[in-house]
Amino acid sequence: MNFKLIIDVSVSLLLARWKQTLVAAIGVTFSITMFIALLGFMSGLNDLLDGLVVNRTPHVRLYNEIEPTKDQPISLSRKYSKDYNFISSVKPKNERLEIYNNGAIMNALKKDDRVLGFAPKITAQVFYNVGAIDLTGVINGVDVEAENKLFFFKDYVTTGNYIDLKNIPNSIILGKGAAQKMMANLGDVIQVTTTKGERMQLKVVGYFESGLQDIDKVQSYASIGTAQKLLGESNSYITDIQIKLKDILMAPSVAKEYAHLFDLEAVDIQTANSQFETGSSVRTLISYAVGITLLIVAGFGIYNILNMMIYEKMDSIAILKATGFSGADVNRIFITIALTIGVFGGLLGLIFGFGLSALIDQIPFNTAALPTIKTYPINYNPKFYMIGSIFSIVTTYLAGYFPSRKASKIDPVIIIRGK
Amino acid sequence: MNNKILESIQVSKFFHDPVDIQVLKDINFSLEKGEFVSVIGKSGCGKSTLLYILSTMDTDYTGNVLIDGIAMRGKKEADLAKIRNQKIGFVFQFHYLLNEFSVLKNVMLPGLKWGNYSEKEVEHRAYEKLKILGIENEAFKKPNQLSGGQKQRVAIARALINDPLIIMGDEPTGNLDKKNSEIVFEIFKELAEEFNQTLLIVTHDNEFAERTHRIIEMQDGMIIKDQKIKK
Ligand SMILES: Nc1ncnc2c1ncn2[C@@H]1O[C@H](COP(=O)(O)OP(=O)(O)OP(=O)(O)O)[C@@H](O)[C@H]1O
Ligand SMILES: [Mg+2]
Repeated sequence: MNFKLIIDVSVSLLLARWKQTLVAAIGVTFSITMFIALLGFMSGLNDLLDGLVVNRTPHVRLYNEIEPTKDQPISLSRKYSKDYNFISSVKPKNERLEIYNNGAIMNALKKDDRVLGFAPKITAQVFYNVGAIDLTGVINGVDVEAENKLFFFKDYVTTGNYIDLKNIPNSIILGKGAAQKMMANLGDVIQVTTTKGERMQLKVVGYFESGLQDIDKVQSYASIGTAQKLLGESNSYITDIQIKLKDILMAPSVAKEYAHLFDLEAVDIQTANSQFETGSSVRTLISYAVGITLLIVAGFGIYNILNMMIYEKMDSIAILKATGFSGADVNRIFITIALTIGVFGGLLGLIFGFGLSALIDQIPFNTAALPTIKTYPINYNPKFYMIGSIFSIVTTYLAGYFPSRKASKIDPVIIIRGK
Repeated sequence: MNNKILESIQVSKFFHDPVDIQVLKDINFSLEKGEFVSVIGKSGCGKSTLLYILSTMDTDYTGNVLIDGIAMRGKKEADLAKIRNQKIGFVFQFHYLLNEFSVLKNVMLPGLKWGNYSEKEVEHRAYEKLKILGIENEAFKKPNQLSGGQKQRVAIARALINDPLIIMGDEPTGNLDKKNSEIVFEIFKELAEEFNQTLLIVTHDNEFAERTHRIIEMQDGMIIKDQKIKK
């Protein structure tokens, strides 16, 4: 078809009513701008909150749970296999939290190419001795380098240097809350007592801020060696293996597999933190809903302007038809008008949306909970820009569809007779 | 075959609203190439209605219309639009020019729609038509900057752009004063006599009709008289 002519006529009609057209286009621009900014901000926030958890949480955690044996001897006995056996008050036997044979397990993990990396860990229950009173606490014995590589340990050590933990013997990085309670300064030596009564002096080399105050009041970090010494265990003793996978979505299946393979408890991140997923998806849903609502409102604006234009341009449409433009041509003219509004409005919206996002990105945002964050978080995912442009075109097309059909059905005889 | 440009065979037309009335009754006639024909009759006798049917814009009728020997009945909307574009030129009482475009562009539009000539050629042809009508100096004005008579001449130029088989006019001089009517008539006459253009013009002006080559007189939806004027 004569595409150039259609565009030519469309543009002339547009320009003849440029003020209304501008208003309609601004409607689209505004809604796309808000759509982009809102989604960028919301998902930036989501990433941030998820990051709090995801960065700090292993995709799969292997550990030993002390629990009663699932198969009591009587249920193994063939003699009573047809009976119902009730055993009350079953107690776990004296087991250790240690992961046995962990060297072999870690070798197996090294060979598994689904695994991005892993970090062994020891959790030790302790009391921090402050004068006459004892505060309960947990010391995590970690492989400092692995912990930093996989879980960004450095970002959360807000005072002091994280690597001192490895280099200075018998050192500890205290949770900020715990340090405040103990009034322990950098370089001070504090005393801790284990559950078994062993005492140990540790030098404070840093403070740790996770962003979750309850954790910071209790948890501290030491190197694996220090923790082993504290617990009086051999240098092969570990209680947890934290695994990061290349693909987080594989976590549940890998956890199941390892639990079976290594005969350990294995928990995956999705199970451990399901509430975060829900929060994120609800926030995303709300952003989309608001953005799309704005677009629909803009769509009505376009619908109005086109209807008005058609009403005003009845004569023009009639003569175009009388001189050989078919209904389909007239339809194309008005669809082109609608799409022009949509494309230009949408394009500007994308640009302004990016600008607004960049602006929000500059606004200072300081919170004690999130030490690494200095400004409001923004996600510049191109996906939002794609969705925004697709939506602006689809809505304007739909908004143009009915008026255009109406225009194409105009009977020139009725118009001409009316004069 | 013959050189019948337009043929109306048993054309009848009914309106159903508010009551069933027959406004055209078995209209039969044909036009040959180069004829300059006027249609006259009392107001309401069905002249405009007939013209809309002959021009393919109104498809709700019985009987048949042949243009250049081709039956119009049963053709699709898009095909009829094509025929109007290429074979029929219109001039109405009202000029129907698009104020968004220049005079020249208005004349060009049906030519661009056809796409038979390049844009440059269409522009040249449009300019030539404006010259024939003596308004080439107004080519780059907007229609709303022209006088009524000038607008009507632009409308005639637009009707001519695709060298149509036939020009149809529904009271093209109805809105014009004596002087402008005279100019328009002279243009039609020149087109008929010098360019052998076929014309079918509805008019109320009996003086106008007397000076054409053939008069078709209608009454109550029927042709009551169809006479050639002897010169
Ligand atoms: N849409 C319609 N519905 C019903 N009747 C109509 C309609 N259009 C026209 N008519 C009737 O058809 C008849 C013919 O109308 P038409 O416009 O063809 O007359 P005309 O000969 O052109 O008159 P004039 O010289 O005044 O223009 C009239 O009686 C008119 O009332
Ligand atoms: Mg009439």
